Amino acid sequence: MPGDRDEVVLSGIAASPGLAMGKAIVFAKRDVRVPFRRIQAGEVEVEIDRLKRAIAESKRQLGEIRDKVASEMGESYARIFDAHMMILEDSRTFQEVESKIRDGYNAEFAFNSVFLRHEKDLWEKGDVYIRDRAGDIRDVRKRVLSVLSGTRRVSQELSDLQTDVIVIAHDLSPADTAQMRKEKVLAFATDIGGRTSHTAIMARSLEIPAVVGLQNVSSRVSDGDSVIVDGNRGKVIISPAPETQERYRLESRRYASFTRGLLKFRDLPAVTIDGHTIMLSANIESHEEVGSVIEHGAQGIGLYRTEFIYIGREGLPTEDEQYEIYKSVAEAVKPEPVIIRTMDLGGDKFLSAFESPKEMNPYLGWRGIRFCLARKDIFQTQLRAILRASAVGNVKIMYPMISGLDELIEANKVLDEVKDQLKAEGVEFDADCEVGIMVETPSAVVIADELARHVRFFSIGSNDLIQYTLAADRGNEKVAYLYEPLHPSVLRLIKQTIDVAKRSGIWVGLCGEMSSDLVCAFILLGMGIDELSASPYVVPAVKEMVRSVYFSDAKRVAEFALKTTDPAKVRQAAMENIGKEFPELLL
Amino acid sequence: MGLYMIERDVKIINKLGLHLRAAAALVQTASGFASDIHLRKDDMEVDAKSIMGVLGLEAGQGTHLKVIASGSDEEDAVRAIVGLIEAKFNEEE
Repeated sequence: MPGDRDEVVLSGIAASPGLAMGKAIVFAKRDVRVPFRRIQAGEVEVEIDRLKRAIAESKRQLGEIRDKVASEMGESYARIFDAHMMILEDSRTFQEVESKIRDGYNAEFAFNSVFLRHEKDLWEKGDVYIRDRAGDIRDVRKRVLSVLSGTRRVSQELSDLQTDVIVIAHDLSPADTAQMRKEKVLAFATDIGGRTSHTAIMARSLEIPAVVGLQNVSSRVSDGDSVIVDGNRGKVIISPAPETQERYRLESRRYASFTRGLLKFRDLPAVTIDGHTIMLSANIESHEEVGSVIEHGAQGIGLYRTEFIYIGREGLPTEDEQYEIYKSVAEAVKPEPVIIRTMDLGGDKFLSAFESPKEMNPYLGWRGIRFCLARKDIFQTQLRAILRASAVGNVKIMYPMISGLDELIEANKVLDEVKDQLKAEGVEFDADCEVGIMVETPSAVVIADELARHVRFFSIGSNDLIQYTLAADRGNEKVAYLYEPLHPSVLRLIKQTIDVAKRSGIWVGLCGEMSSDLVCAFILLGMGIDELSASPYVVPAVKEMVRSVYFSDAKRVAEFALKTTDPAKVRQAAMENIGKEFPELLL
Repeated sequence: MGLYMIERDVKIINKLGLHLRAAAALVQTASGFASDIHLRKDDMEVDAKSIMGVLGLEAGQGTHLKVIASGSDEEDAVRAIVGLIEAKFNEEE
């Protein structure tokens, strides 16, 4: 249709599971206006009094929110607002503001500059947890400023919503989230925020699908745009094409039935109608997600990203700290396996424990195994902790970002040295602990036969493999259209990896987002993949797909996919087959 | 500093460090005592009764702090604050 916008997919952080499609209402970045004026000595008391009244009113509002949250969500959430009130009761900070007013500045300006300085101090430290605290001070600052200037806050608008909407915002404070009319908000998506932000935690508790950390969603969406929020995969799709809408309609229907009937599938294997079984496991970023892995019926953990143990803290994690964490995960999923990927820092992640240099092209830079081999002290500590945990469960080790044979041989040498140390010290570990690699560089695919001699498994990291193969950064809107998992070059590289693994007698899985996409998962099944690892939330959907299709159909479609050059045709063929045995999926 | 003053070293052991709710709990505890109470990290010292000060310490997991109190109930104050930190602020992790 003329005037229609092209579909745009943005990737952020999956903050709260669920799917929603609807019309957007946008709350763009609107910092409260801060009037500035110099005041006369005679006005000082008036300004101080205005400020005191604004603080009292802000505290009253916070008290109201606090009570609402306490009754709807529980005391522990309400304590956030106790802390916000405490910020307003901080007499030292109040004295700082007061002396600024006495220096001849109006209340808004004096208050704003003092609070802004505290926020900046916290923000500049760059630590994720501390940044969230800066956000708390900002929320309090904005509340007082809007009381001082008498403007309406986002949360007031959110509490007055009349129709069902998807809320798109630069940021939402915990207070905004708490005051949403939940029955009207289908989902929300924000530019900033992380997994640990209060807003993300509250969204999960309210069971509203949410994606955060999208960077610029609030400037790319306008009021009334059609938007899909995929809180399972951390995606937002703006102006979705009719096919995409169709796909999501199905998926959200399925998702609803899964959340009701989760237990039905939990203990059943991922086996096709004609008896072909694959392993279906889950990706996690934190040991806290283990409960979700089990709840969603995944067979263990196919990718445990350990980066979060390193970031957001001061100093490096000790061997014992890491051991405790790995042990708890291994014990929880035993006898199912946990594949612990050694840290993949660099790229889009940072390490606060020490300064790493700024890079022009971080995805092609000092990350993954390159970093580990340069900092063997850090690498050895992690390997020791993982090996020790292997004594209590089914633990496997995986190296990230392997691009050459030498790296793999050297990493294995470090591992052997660590094993010798542990042996000499009489420390227990699983001497037969499986070692594998991420296959995520085109180079690794091309030399897969050489690499296979030194490992027991491959796990294809499709996100990076796609972007390196197609030389397209999905985060760059100008080239994002090139990022296509069903591109023949991507499919052929994956097929090559699977075939080499089979010939070499090792198993092969895939742990990227392709595992979460039912069409891609169907084709991977047909190519003979042994394992798929996806976010815990989508494991039930993938399992139901596998259980409702024939392996023979999947093989046929996979063969077609490798021959054709048109991703749209591949998708269509897969959809037809997924729906054949399970027609209600296509309703 | 007063004539009498006691200090005690303590390490932050909970995962999130002195995050917002932990800082609030610490300030609340400190405010219950008459003594002057300060927290020191390296060469930075803040008033333990000021939440902005406590947050400004940026004390993550593993940080070593000194709790310093002077006043009539300094013993109890230091014990209570060290106890709170060692009990991981009575929060689930």
